[in-house]
Amino acid sequence: MSGFGTLLHKEVLRFWKVGFQTIAAPVLTSLLYLLIFSSVLDTQTRINGIRYMSFLIPGLVMMSVLQNAFANSSSSLIQSKVTGSVIFVLLPPIGYIEFFMAYMTAAALRGVMVGFGVFAVTCGFSPLAFAAPGWIFVFFAMGGALMGAFGIVAGIWADKFDQLAGFQNFLIMPLTMLSGVFYSIHSLPAFWQKVSHFNPIFYMIDGFRYGFFGVSDAAPELSLVVGLASLFIVAALALLMLRSGYKLRY
Amino acid sequence: MGVAVSLQNVRKAFGALRAIDGISLEIEEGEFFGLLGPNGAGKTTLISCLAGLARADAGKLSVMGFDVVGDYRETRRRLGIVPQELVFDPFFTVRETLRIQSGYFGVLRNDAWIDELLENLDLSQKADVNMRSLSGGMKRRVLIAQALVHKPQVIVLDEPTAGVDVELRQILWQFIRRLNREGHTVILTTHYLEEAESLCGRIAMLNRGRVVALDTTRNLLAENANRVLSMRLKNGNILPEALRSRSVLDQGHWVFRLDALEDIEPLLAAVRESAQVFEELQLLQTDLEDVFVRVMRGNDGIGKSDEKGATV
Repeated sequence: MSGFGTLLHKEVLRFWKVGFQTIAAPVLTSLLYLLIFSSVLDTQTRINGIRYMSFLIPGLVMMSVLQNAFANSSSSLIQSKVTGSVIFVLLPPIGYIEFFMAYMTAAALRGVMVGFGVFAVTCGFSPLAFAAPGWIFVFFAMGGALMGAFGIVAGIWADKFDQLAGFQNFLIMPLTMLSGVFYSIHSLPAFWQKVSHFNPIFYMIDGFRYGFFGVSDAAPELSLVVGLASLFIVAALALLMLRSGYKLRY
Repeated sequence: MGVAVSLQNVRKAFGALRAIDGISLEIEEGEFFGLLGPNGAGKTTLISCLAGLARADAGKLSVMGFDVVGDYRETRRRLGIVPQELVFDPFFTVRETLRIQSGYFGVLRNDAWIDELLENLDLSQKADVNMRSLSGGMKRRVLIAQALVHKPQVIVLDEPTAGVDVELRQILWQFIRRLNREGHTVILTTHYLEEAESLCGRIAMLNRGRVVALDTTRNLLAENANRVLSMRLKNGNILPEALRSRSVLDQGHWVFRLDALEDIEPLLAAVRESAQVFEELQLLQTDLEDVFVRVMRGNDGIGKSDEKGATV
């Protein structure tokens, strides 16, 4: 298993060395979201009986976890594929499960680190409750793992940086922005409420928020099941790709 | 000594292109083996199949008795590959790069050997420098060190000296020779035939995905000897009429291709009989480049009909 340990270590070192860009920058972006949205809406709006700013904070934390976990594994893979340095991890005796676990764990760790950063800089702005902390940790980890695994799929599939950027801008961004980070889906028209229920990221955000306030749009158990099922599907896809050597070994 | 690398009827196609078209080879432990061939002959594809970077369509490949597909962990642990492309990970220093690579192979706390590698490849000064700021030659050295960091029993060098200065070549070959003497099997592909001639005990020549010659370097040179005699005569360089048909005039020299050394004496006698005097006389030895050109020509079917083509 030392192949796994070293690969994980290398992946963490990779983002840690450019932490200003990989950790500090997304934290700042989230802080700006909070300041702008809440200064416009805070005084008027309450969602599910919660002050808007308080409602927003867990959403922003989870969004950062998801986006950064995805960014980490996908950009690491595409970068090493494009530069050719991917052979350094293809030549050693590292099995495909170890490979998957290392990339996914590193991605989840970056997501969680950014999430902690966002939480640290935003939690002082508005009172937060911790109604069910167990759910907070479960969704924290599951969200990072899910998008870390999804990043592996995207990073292997994409041949060029712009393909990956397309993936990120046209799939990940809309899915996260329309997942209820900034609003409760109950405020949407009925049709879009239904559509939102097909967005797995909605459940990640919603379940995570439940951990703070004890209220949510969907039942947390349902969110957990959807999250685990999504993780299972994405992980299986990533593992199949890695086992067959799809786009990595020819 | 056992077999280090065994290839049995290996095939690999990319669409209609048969990159490897049925190659069988056995390389003994401790050999210094050369894999030569023009661009596109299949050398790199063959190495990729061995390393697990590519999957052969058919055939069996093994390293130190382990199958490269079924026992991939065992074979990869025993293989050290220096890739042709100059690749590097821009996030790390030289030492970090080597420590990480070592860890991938399960060799932790390997600093003594890493220091030795840095020393031998003249990289000690650059140990803590980021990969990005190294020159091309220095990056090449790191690639070589990366391939050797887990002390592989079989070292595969895919054109390691392409675009490399004389100094590094000497450093590299000195080091690789030492490893070979210590028992490591070395497989080398190179475009520098004089390198292959001086280093490799045995050579396989590849063309269009097939082995077209396979023998010891000594035998390849001897069998394709075809010595060349070049002469220039005094008083106008006029060659006797009887010899003209056997010779070609090349930059003021009459050039004869001889099948055997015994053919020299009658030729000289004929010149003497015509009362000519030599101004210059040279017997040129075949080098590997001549052999290579002859084998490739023979294999392509455009050489002379009496030429020995493939020995396999």
